Amino acid sequence: MKPKVAFFDFASCEGCQLAVLNCEDILLDILGLVDIVEFREAMSETAPRFDVAFIEGSINREQDAERLRDIRARSTYLVAMGACACIGNVQARSNFIAPAENFQRVYGVEDRNMVQTDPEFWPLWAHTRVRAVKEIVPVDFELRGCPLVPEEFVHLVKALVTGATPRFSTQAVCVECKMNENECVYDQGETCMGQITRGGCKAICITNGYRCDGCRGILPHANLAAHHGLLQSKGLSEPQITNRYRLFCSAESLGRVGRTGHDK
Amino acid sequence: MTNNAKTYTIDVHHVTRVEGHGNIRINTRDGVVEDVKLCIVEANRFFESFTRGMTPHEIPWVVGRICGICCVGHQLSATKAVEDAQGIAVSPQTVLLRKMLNESQFLQSHVLHVYFLAVPDFVGAPSVIPLIKTHPEVVKRALRLKKLANDYTEVMGGRTIHPMSNTLKGWRRLPDLERLEQVRNRLAAAVPDLLETVGIVKTLKIPGYERETEFVSLKHPDEYALYEGDVFSSDSKSSVPVSAYRSVTNEFTVAHSTTKWSRWHRDAYAVGALARVNNNFDQLHPEAKSVAETLGLKVPCYNPYMNNVAQVVEIVHCAYNSLAMMETVLNGGLQEEDIHHTAQAGRGFGAVEVPRGILFHEYAFDEAGRCCDANAIIPTSQNVNNIEQDMKAFVPLMLPEMSQEELTLHMEMLLRAYDPCISCSVHMLNIDFVA
Repeated sequence: MKPKVAFFDFASCEGCQLAVLNCEDILLDILGLVDIVEFREAMSETAPRFDVAFIEGSINREQDAERLRDIRARSTYLVAMGACACIGNVQARSNFIAPAENFQRVYGVEDRNMVQTDPEFWPLWAHTRVRAVKEIVPVDFELRGCPLVPEEFVHLVKALVTGATPRFSTQAVCVECKMNENECVYDQGETCMGQITRGGCKAICITNGYRCDGCRGILPHANLAAHHGLLQSKGLSEPQITNRYRLFCSAESLGRVGRTGHDK
Repeated sequence: MTNNAKTYTIDVHHVTRVEGHGNIRINTRDGVVEDVKLCIVEANRFFESFTRGMTPHEIPWVVGRICGICCVGHQLSATKAVEDAQGIAVSPQTVLLRKMLNESQFLQSHVLHVYFLAVPDFVGAPSVIPLIKTHPEVVKRALRLKKLANDYTEVMGGRTIHPMSNTLKGWRRLPDLERLEQVRNRLAAAVPDLLETVGIVKTLKIPGYERETEFVSLKHPDEYALYEGDVFSSDSKSSVPVSAYRSVTNEFTVAHSTTKWSRWHRDAYAVGALARVNNNFDQLHPEAKSVAETLGLKVPCYNPYMNNVAQVVEIVHCAYNSLAMMETVLNGGLQEEDIHHTAQAGRGFGAVEVPRGILFHEYAFDEAGRCCDANAIIPTSQNVNNIEQDMKAFVPLMLPEMSQEELTLHMEMLLRAYDPCISCSVHMLNIDFVA
C-alpha cells in the first residue's frame, strides 16, 4: 500500500508547500509513489492517520500547539519542513519583543485591548511565543531553508518510500560556495554567514550575487565565537551583529546565544 | 424540511485550497440569515514590529517572507518603498526587469489558481489530483505552463520562491540572456496551451450572482498598471498618489479576524484581477481583450465568481506583454549598474499590483539608517470585508434554492474566487446543523 502523506501549515508564508508544488517535472511521479491524503493548500480531503506528516510553519499560539500534538499522535513520521518549522525563521525575531508590544505596534493600543478581551474570539489573539516544531513535539526529519530545497524534499520522499536512510549535507554553505567558484562575499566588502551555516542549498544566494543570512540554521559544531570576532573585525557594531544573527534567527536555534535580553 | 424553514449553522473551518487559514460561519433561522462571518484565524507573525532595526537592503529580502505565493510582489513593493525612503531613483532597465519579474509571478500564480485551486470546484472534484486520471491533458498542460512561469521567475530573480537578484537600485546579478531567450522561445510556443486554457474556462459554469461594489487598483496613463501608477477608485473615478494610501485603506480591526479590514468610499471595496480588468480594460493587450469577449467578461462586471475569468484574461495579457518585454531586453542587451548605497534617514511608500490586488508597503529609517517604522497592507486584508459583504448579500439569495451542501460549496467557491492569500497576515470542513 502506498504511504499516506499529509501536509500541514502553521504560521508561515506557505512557500515551502508551494516549492513542493513547483516540482512540476516529477510531481506526477511522486503522486504515483505516495497517497497525498491532506494538503489544505491544494485539496479538500482530510484523513485520520498519516505515515508521513510534513509540518510547515512556526507554532505561535497554544491552539496551534494543540493541533500539532494531535497531528504528531496520528503520524508515524513527522517532518519539519522549512526554516519556520525548523528554527522559527524571521518571525522568531519577534520573541525579543514582548507580545503586548508586538500587538501594539501592529494594531494600536485600543484595538489590541479590544480583541484580546473579546469573549468569543480571544483564542485567536492568545499569541504565546514563536516556537520551532521540535520545541513542542519530537521531529524525525528536517528539511531546512527558506524556502526548502526541492531536491532535498524529493530525496527524503524517495528514502521514506524505499526504506533507505535519508542523508543531508553536513558541510557549511561556505564549502558549497567554494565549489561554485564564487568570489568571496568578504572580498566584496559584505559579510557572510556561510562559514557557520548548514549547507545543502548549494550556496544559491551567493551564487546569485547576494550573501548568506543563515536561513538553514547554524552547524552544531560551528565556532560561533570566531565568527563573531570576524564580523567585529569587519567593522560591524554589536547591535549590527545581533541584528545579523537574528535576521533568520539561526543562531538562537542553537540555544547558545540570544536566549536572554530583549530589543528596545 | 421546507425551504423557508431552514435553520442551520454552517461552520467551515480552515477553508481548503486557499493560501492561509480562514473559517466561514453562517447562522440561519427559519430561512432568515442571522449572521455571516468570515473569520481569519491566521496566527500573527508581526512583520511590522520585528523589521525594526533592519537595514534598508534587508527589508525587501525579509518581508518577501510575508507570502510565498506573492513573494515577488512583496519584495518589489518593499523595494519601491525603501527606495522612496532612501531617495533612490532607478534606471529604465531596472524598471523593465522588475516589470518582467512581476509578470512572471502573475503568470505562475494565476495558472496555479485557475487550474489547481478553482477548476476542481467547477468539475466537481475535491482537488486537482483526481483530475490526473480524468483529465490528464488538462493537468499536464497546467504543469507545463506553471513550470514555464516558474522558470521565467527563476531566470529573472535567481530563484522561484524568495528570489534574491533584485535589490535597491537594481540587479545583484543580471539575468542570463541565453536562458532568457530559451524562456522567450518556450513562452512563444506556449500560446496554443494558453488558448486551450481559454477553451476550458469557457466550458465552466460560473455562478451568476452579482453585487455592485467599489473597485480599487493602480492606474497608469500609458499602460495596464501592474508595476506602477496611482491608486484609482471606480467610485470616485479619480486617483490618489500611493503616498496617500492610508486615506484609501482606512484600516480597522474586528475581533473575528486577525487581519485588519479596509473600506474607502463605501462599506467595502474589492481589489484583484476583476478590479484591474474593470478599471483598466482599455489598456489590456488586444489578445486579452478578445479573450475577455470570448469568455463573456463585459466591464463593469459585478460578479465576483468572474474573478477566475479575469485571471485568465490577465494570463493572456501578461504572456503577450512579457514576450514584448523579453524582445526589448534581448535586442538591447543589459548593462551592469552601480548598486552601491549608503543607508540614510527617511520615510517612503511603495505599491505594486500582485495577482490578488494592490499591495502597499511603507517604511521609515532613523538617522543610523535602521528601520524604525513599517506598515504593509496586503490585498486579501483589503478584500475580506468585501468577501463578507458578498456572503451577506448572496446567502439570502442562495438559501431558498440550494441545499446546505450546495450553499457551503458556493461560499467556499466565492472565497476561493478571490484567490485569498490569508497567510499574508488562517484548514477542513465541519458542518454543524442547528435543526
